[in-house]
Amino acid sequence: MKFLTWATDPWGKAVPIHAAWDLIWVALIAGLLFMIVHALYVAIAAGPKVFAKNEAPAAAAAAVPERVPRHSLAARLFHWVMAASMLTLLFTAFLPMVGVRFNWVLYHWIAGLVLTVSILFHVIHSTFFMDFWSIWPDRIDVRDAMRRTFRFLGKPAPAPQRFAKYPLENKLYHLVIVFAGLAVIGTGLFMMKRIQTIFFIRNPYIFSDMTWGLMYVLHGLAGVGLIALVMVHVYMGVRPEKLPITKSMIFGWMSKDFYLEEHDPERWAVEKSSTAKKRGYAASDAD
Amino acid sequence: MAIIRDVMPAFDLLQPSTSADAQKLLEQCGDDAWVMAGGMDSFDWLKDRIKKPKVVVDLSGIDELKGIRVTGDGVEIGAMTTLTEIANHAEIRKNYGVLSQAVSLVASPQIRNQGTLGGNVSQDVRCWYYRDGWPCYRAGGNICYADTPVGRNREHAIFGADRCVAVHPSDSVPALIALDAKFVLQTPKGERTVDAEDYFVGPDMDITKINMLQPGDLLTAIRIPSTWAGSRFYFEKVRDRNVWDFPLMNVASAIMLSGNTIGRMRIAVNAVSPRPMRLKAVEDAVQGKPADATTGEMAGKMAVEGAVPLQFNAYKIPLMRNLVKRAIAGVPSQQA
Repeated sequence: MKFLTWATDPWGKAVPIHAAWDLIWVALIAGLLFMIVHALYVAIAAGPKVFAKNEAPAAAAAAVPERVPRHSLAARLFHWVMAASMLTLLFTAFLPMVGVRFNWVLYHWIAGLVLTVSILFHVIHSTFFMDFWSIWPDRIDVRDAMRRTFRFLGKPAPAPQRFAKYPLENKLYHLVIVFAGLAVIGTGLFMMKRIQTIFFIRNPYIFSDMTWGLMYVLHGLAGVGLIALVMVHVYMGVRPEKLPITKSMIFGWMSKDFYLEEHDPERWAVEKSSTAKKRGYAASDAD
Repeated sequence: MAIIRDVMPAFDLLQPSTSADAQKLLEQCGDDAWVMAGGMDSFDWLKDRIKKPKVVVDLSGIDELKGIRVTGDGVEIGAMTTLTEIANHAEIRKNYGVLSQAVSLVASPQIRNQGTLGGNVSQDVRCWYYRDGWPCYRAGGNICYADTPVGRNREHAIFGADRCVAVHPSDSVPALIALDAKFVLQTPKGERTVDAEDYFVGPDMDITKINMLQPGDLLTAIRIPSTWAGSRFYFEKVRDRNVWDFPLMNVASAIMLSGNTIGRMRIAVNAVSPRPMRLKAVEDAVQGKPADATTGEMAGKMAVEGAVPLQFNAYKIPLMRNLVKRAIAGVPSQQA
């Protein structure tokens, strides 16, 4: 199977023009396979989660409120706006490829701008108003990932610690989404120069045909990759054991029990604040 | 202009003798098939080696697709009827003169002898960047060479452009829209009839297609109802060379007059947009008004609302304004 579609430009040079759209099916199948394999693994092979014995001291546990705040309203709004724009982008991009006819370009670039603005907001918000480093993998994550791998392979290794605010899987997913998202946004903004919008005078000659071609290829490959990534994300979001995390993205908080079961208070500290106490919430970086 | 290379790429030539066989063959061959009517558009593509179909389905041997039949409610024109036959047909000249006039202005006598109505309405756009085989949006690429600061776009769209700015080049289509014609399609699911204006697809919907035909579909006939028979018709085509050229713009109208008052009207303009434009707002606005210069002036202004000219085709705005005005008010005979 070819990964790229090539064409000959007016000067006789072969230039890539976009990713091969058969990759849509590859992404769909890859996403589907991941779900099936993961579901089978969890149902058949995976044992109960085992963490190192580092439960919070009774006094510290008592200080944890019944509702542990995880995502502020701003963070949740960002997430759902981004999700809506991402789904719009994927559907408007790929439905026409499978024969559904509609005026997709208009909706696509509008959704792209919504995504861009929401991500700009997220970057500023997470940098200055949240615990910026909480979403990036750290040394403990790497060490615990190795421990879990060894234990899965039956080799002796200490049990991993409980998670910080985000499990390593969340952090890695975020990392991949950052790259894929920046690729589609960066290329997409330039591609707006090639269509009629209210923002630019159309001019395809700001780059060479080869540069444009590579840009379209990168946009397409990242877009196709996002199909699988979004499928996996939605699947994880509806898995029973992940529902408390999903609910926290809707309501903003997770239960004390789930927090103490999965998260390490030393790595993600929460405590009742004076105002939060009145609402039965705790103060954390999400406040 | 493209260089005609004379030697066409190899393809399987299928020559069915019935429309049912043709439709079946098209269905079997799917995307690999190329439908050829009179060949006036097809041979350009094939000789330029821009389109390289595996199979060409030649409709010229299907007699049931040829000829004009007067029915109880108008006329039915087979898709393979030549433009010359339509131009000269007594019933069409008498009651549907706008169509007769439109097809008689298509290209040259030789082309009208060979070209068919089905081919004329289904022909591809004439944008030279596209027809030269460059990888533009319409050809499946990611660029429009015509809509750039230096692109040659004098003949291109002022309405409805969406990445591609090529216009629909048919002369017969606005007349058919004005006559409220129905296009009859044979599809894998059976016969389907669509309004003339709905047969065409803009680039916003599908940038690589110009009409709604899907693989396996065949345009078999065009039915013109008697609704507008004997109306006051108007057709005008503006072109660079009067002897033989595609339209820079054309307009067709059918007006039911009561005295000099417009009862009902249908009007369509082509070569201004990637798909032929029926001016519904204008039709509604002029109803009940006198068919005079004042109404024409108002209609012309209304018709060009929202036009977006490209670098070299702003002239199309006053041209369209005036053509619409003339289609309503008529012109003194010495100017026509």
